Amino acid sequence: MNLDLAVEGISSADAIAEIERALSVIPGLTQARLNFTTRRLSTEWIKASFNPSPAISTLENLGYRVAPFTGDAEESEEDRYTRWLLRCLVVSGFAGINVMLLSVSIWAGNVTDITPETRDLFHWLSALIALPAAAFSGQPFFYKALRALRQGDMTMDVPISIGITLALAMSVYETAHHAEHAYFDSALMLIFFLLSGRVLDHAMRKKTRSAAANLNALRIPIASRIEADGRITEIPSDALMAGDMILIAPGSLVPADGVIESGRSQIEASLVTGETEPKSVKPGDLVFAGTFNQNGALTLRVSAAGSRTVMADIEKLIHEALTSRSRYVQIADRVARLYAPVVHIAAAVTAMAWIAVGATVHDALVIAIAVLIITCPCALALAAPVVQVITAGALFQKNILIRSGDMIERMAEIDTIIFDKTGTLTLPEPSLIDASALTPEALMMAGRLALSSHHPLARAICETVREKGTVLKPYTDVQEITGSGVSCIIDGVEARLGHPTFCNVHAPIWTDNRSCIAFRYGKMAGLIFVGQKLRADAFEVINSLKARGYRILILSGDHERIVKDVADHLNISEWHAAMSPKEKCDFLTRLKDQGQQVLMIGDGLNDAPALAAATASLSPATGADVTQAAADAVFTGKSLVPVLDLLVLTQKGRRVMIENFGLALIYNLIAVPLAVFDYVTPLIAAAAMSGSSVIVALNALRARRAEGLSS
Amino acid sequence: MTILLYLVPAALGLGLLALAAFMWSLKSGQFEDLDGAAYRILNDDDVRSE
Repeated sequence: MNLDLAVEGISSADAIAEIERALSVIPGLTQARLNFTTRRLSTEWIKASFNPSPAISTLENLGYRVAPFTGDAEESEEDRYTRWLLRCLVVSGFAGINVMLLSVSIWAGNVTDITPETRDLFHWLSALIALPAAAFSGQPFFYKALRALRQGDMTMDVPISIGITLALAMSVYETAHHAEHAYFDSALMLIFFLLSGRVLDHAMRKKTRSAAANLNALRIPIASRIEADGRITEIPSDALMAGDMILIAPGSLVPADGVIESGRSQIEASLVTGETEPKSVKPGDLVFAGTFNQNGALTLRVSAAGSRTVMADIEKLIHEALTSRSRYVQIADRVARLYAPVVHIAAAVTAMAWIAVGATVHDALVIAIAVLIITCPCALALAAPVVQVITAGALFQKNILIRSGDMIERMAEIDTIIFDKTGTLTLPEPSLIDASALTPEALMMAGRLALSSHHPLARAICETVREKGTVLKPYTDVQEITGSGVSCIIDGVEARLGHPTFCNVHAPIWTDNRSCIAFRYGKMAGLIFVGQKLRADAFEVINSLKARGYRILILSGDHERIVKDVADHLNISEWHAAMSPKEKCDFLTRLKDQGQQVLMIGDGLNDAPALAAATASLSPATGADVTQAAADAVFTGKSLVPVLDLLVLTQKGRRVMIENFGLALIYNLIAVPLAVFDYVTPLIAAAAMSGSSVIVALNALRARRAEGLSS
Repeated sequence: MTILLYLVPAALGLGLLALAAFMWSLKSGQFEDLDGAAYRILNDDDVRSE
């Protein structure tokens, strides 16, 4: 029995030994191995005694956050494809080296003393290696070319497949007729170079995908299910089924859609609707997954039907929006559409011209095929993928995970940026706004006390105290009273942190969209205000985006008063409040119809359709699952600066890509006339092809650096 | 030129051997964790005293 776990909090390589040693004593666990690259722990268990809870709590005691993976099927399919590509690459590399060995002997022999018999033998040997190897390792291109042709489309795979096939066919023909030249090595080298571009592309995607999967696994909340006999079991919330009864503690996320059976509370639904003002709920009310239960314990009956209706609407919108995006044509494909006909016509004209000036049909065909081989878009096909890989790597270092390479081109064309407010411009988790009622010492005590609380608002207090540079240690013997707060005895005096009534502190009725927590230590008491806070660098980032000429808008589902406040603060004149998911999506489509290229940045379920409809989209890693799935890229951390880095790096990436196409064009301008006038020997073809590929790859390295990048 | 009879199969055989070795290493997951292996050599936990 196997179980994979995502592990967060690994900072040094000592963790490998620490974790594996700690787990070696867990009963039933036969093997635990930490993958340091992907930050995943794979464990093997004796089936009869499978029980991961002690292992998870062991790791949590060591200070790591752990989460099991549930569904990984899609990923392993992608993994299999990457591995297949790698296998093709290795086969073409092996065959290429061996054929090259024979080719070099022939080239050397041709100018010295090789006998025609030996040359034929070497050519046949080359054919023996090259034909099966090309048939195997060329498959990725052949399949895609066939699919493209069937759909009446033209991609780079079509000229590649034609080039490879013709090169091999002509080489066999020439070999059979005892000719001096054959192009087996060129065909294999072509496959090798092109495959290396694709393998790199997939390796990059795998890296970001596994990082994103780790993030997701860590975010799946645990639900407390009430069993028939009244026991409470903790299960991952995606294992819940319709009809299950679950308990939702105050201060936790609602793990599933459902109807309230008992209890009253305030629900904050900012992730779903964008609205930050809490709503009161009572038995019979419907609550949605992803909303936040503030102050009362609730019993909920899970309703799959409810989740279906809400999600179905949003998913339908996402789907409609995504189909419009799939019409985007990548630069490489646009080039291919122009390139393939030009090259094929050039080859045909060459053949006819040679016949016209008196060459034999055989000679004319040989020259025409040489034109096709030399123009086969080796550098051209590498031009985009290499840049995509380099740019994705640079973005990864700036805390941005991208979903696919082609978003780089779309992202580079952006001229309008739309921000969602909650969780995007503001921090996703509530933070401390005002604690002026407490002395620094009292705040520090509150922070230490808050460490023992499970309430999310408590975390805001810990974070603030930590930011001041103090190392916090929890008090011992802290009591948590669910729904009220935490208390403990410090130096003989009771300290309490929690609900104002629990601490006997008078709280204002109108708290202006903030929550308040009270702290009492003996006679000393005061209120701490916690709420939505703008990301620390939001003002600077928005300003520099404006300085770069972007049009900035805010579209929010929240109330006008709150949105206006944020917009005024950030100096953004265009904003719209109280928008539904559909309105956001329609607004965006209108902008696009006016010719604007829109980047949508949002985290909530309500943003998902708009993210899918935008030219390009970005979501914070704290966003809802559906939202992240609809976004082109995900950024992590508390800063907003990734938005700026993303735009700078993708623009640079696109520029380098276009340069690369230029370089490939220059190569063709030099090489094609040589081929047309029959100056191309296999030696020149080999040198020219690898030379151009290397130049393009080296140029791509420049995409790592760009002006205006954050340090 | 009879030397070719030995050398060509030898060259191809060695190449195939390398190819097989790579395929095996790929299959056995040696490229799954490229960073961890460098550190693993530094800890002796896997040496068990039986």
